[in-house]
Amino acid sequence: MTALSRPRRHTRRPVWEEPPTRAGQAGKGLTLGLVLAAILVPLYAVVLTSFSTQAAINRAGGLVLLPDELTTSAYGQIFANRLVTHALWVSCAITVAGTLFSMILTVLCAYGLSRQGSWGHRPILMTFVVTMFFSGGIIPGFLLVSALGGYDQYWSLVLPGAVSVFNILVMRAFFAATSRELIDAAGIDGAGHWRTLWSVVLPTSRPVLAVISLFYAVGYWNSFFNAMLFLPDNGKWPLQMVIYTYTLQGTALPGTGITQTGQYLGHQEVAPLSIQMAVVTLTLVPIVLAYPFVQRHFAKGMLLGAVKG
Amino acid sequence: MSLIRESVREERARASGTPAPSESGRPSGWRRFRRDRSLLLMILPALVLTVVFAYVPMLGVVTAFQSYDIYSGFTGSPWIGLDNFLQLFRDELFWRSMENTLVISAVQLVLYFPVPIALALILNSVLSDRIRSFIQSVVYLPHFFSWVLVVTLFQEMLGGAGAINTLLRRFGMPTWDIMTNPDAFKFLVTAQAVWKEAGWGIIVFLAALAAISPALYEAAAVDGAGRWRRMWHITLPGMRGVIVLMLVLRLGSALSVGFEQMLIQRQAVGRDASEVLDTFAYFYGVVNNNFGFGAAAGLFKGVLSLILIIAANKVAHAFGEDGLYRR
Repeated sequence: MTALSRPRRHTRRPVWEEPPTRAGQAGKGLTLGLVLAAILVPLYAVVLTSFSTQAAINRAGGLVLLPDELTTSAYGQIFANRLVTHALWVSCAITVAGTLFSMILTVLCAYGLSRQGSWGHRPILMTFVVTMFFSGGIIPGFLLVSALGGYDQYWSLVLPGAVSVFNILVMRAFFAATSRELIDAAGIDGAGHWRTLWSVVLPTSRPVLAVISLFYAVGYWNSFFNAMLFLPDNGKWPLQMVIYTYTLQGTALPGTGITQTGQYLGHQEVAPLSIQMAVVTLTLVPIVLAYPFVQRHFAKGMLLGAVKG
Repeated sequence: MSLIRESVREERARASGTPAPSESGRPSGWRRFRRDRSLLLMILPALVLTVVFAYVPMLGVVTAFQSYDIYSGFTGSPWIGLDNFLQLFRDELFWRSMENTLVISAVQLVLYFPVPIALALILNSVLSDRIRSFIQSVVYLPHFFSWVLVVTLFQEMLGGAGAINTLLRRFGMPTWDIMTNPDAFKFLVTAQAVWKEAGWGIIVFLAALAAISPALYEAAAVDGAGRWRRMWHITLPGMRGVIVLMLVLRLGSALSVGFEQMLIQRQAVGRDASEVLDTFAYFYGVVNNNFGFGAAAGLFKGVLSLILIIAANKVAHAFGEDGLYRR
């Protein structure tokens, strides 16, 4: 299956290639090993710390690197905390609703722009492309969303960035590469544009749909600055704002008994660091879960659009 | 990114009179409008959002020429001509943010830019499919983390109370807190950028490497070229187009150096080290309610960026490469 869909590259060294030197092999292995460690060790330490007891964290003096005493009490604590659970809910809702909304707009627009020679094709395309090179800046954007009543409203996290021109162009390139005979055949069979999009183009565009959905979803899940700009009330915050305030800035998370210097006190029942790391882990989980399903499409979905030519 | 180039190229071909293959003769504008109305209907929602959230703010740059007052709005605020800009150029902190932006950009160009290329070369030489795709999965991952998350991870690993300093302390060695050191900040943000984006950056270079015909290598090897000569005469020329394109993109965005990244770490290293053009506009405009002044800083940056993109493309063209768009 994979062998068919993904042409395997040479897995054996071609005969003309000289055998690698010992030093070369070692250097390569060492570099790749360091790269992997630099990415995986922090993630491992964060997750392990979130499952560690206060005693274990005290013994380690910070992040726990070797499994010691394990507990899930940090998760019990954060799921009992209204601020965190609500933030989790806000993040999930914005991600799901935003991704759906963005995908509908992007798919329609990309299809609409994939037909050459249609009315106004060139000027409309240019209208989109120009926004990639020039923007009014942060202040006019802020004033506009405020003027439209977006202050203190959830939609201010979704609408301003709902359409990414880059994503539209990637998808458009993919759609344009859909077999012309297939589309013409659909047209001859009497299918209109809506029908062609739904039953011919979309079913053959799974890779690009998966990748672009991931891009949008990750964008919404990670959105932080818009929340900082427009949501003054911590009861409405998404998870990223919660991490920023209570982990990075070290402000006390209400209702957990963490004080500003809590992580150095060490005589509390609850491990403040493990709670912070549990919130961090919470934001990692959806990304790591969604990732394997989409990852195999990266090359196909991304490259066709982005690196063609 | 070259898809912009592709689009423009197609359009050029069309505009220069090559008829699209499916149509014979061009129907009149009205006929085509009626024929394509469902396509236009599909484009409409995204177009409306783009006009509202990208073009209306462009008109909003008029605030840069006003003493903007949020209660009077665009129409009621007094016009003050270039006063905001004159004030801007006299502001010491503005030049400081300009300097920080350029220094951080330069450090990233030297220390960040070659990393994905080198990684792609190493990864490409790994023979085992399974190991290669495992490494790819891992190095792409940080691209999908938020800056808040990345800075938190750096804080917990490298900060004063972080894992590495704790280990150093345990062995009685001097500790080293890079997270709050203003002098090392440019290197810190570069390290974070490398950690987050260098892995993702290899995708385009791997694609360029995969497009090089193996026959070239074989022929060169038969002619007696060693691995370094093959790298110099085949691999690097094969990647040249993509490298130039990426360089153009980087130069074009030289004035945007991770707004969120700076914002998040402002407290830790102080304003003098972390203020860049974007944060300058944000703090003057939104935080201090000096909207006209902030907008002026933003507009100045926007125009300068546009000039940079055009200039970088000119340089690419001079080297015989396409860059972002063609001549």
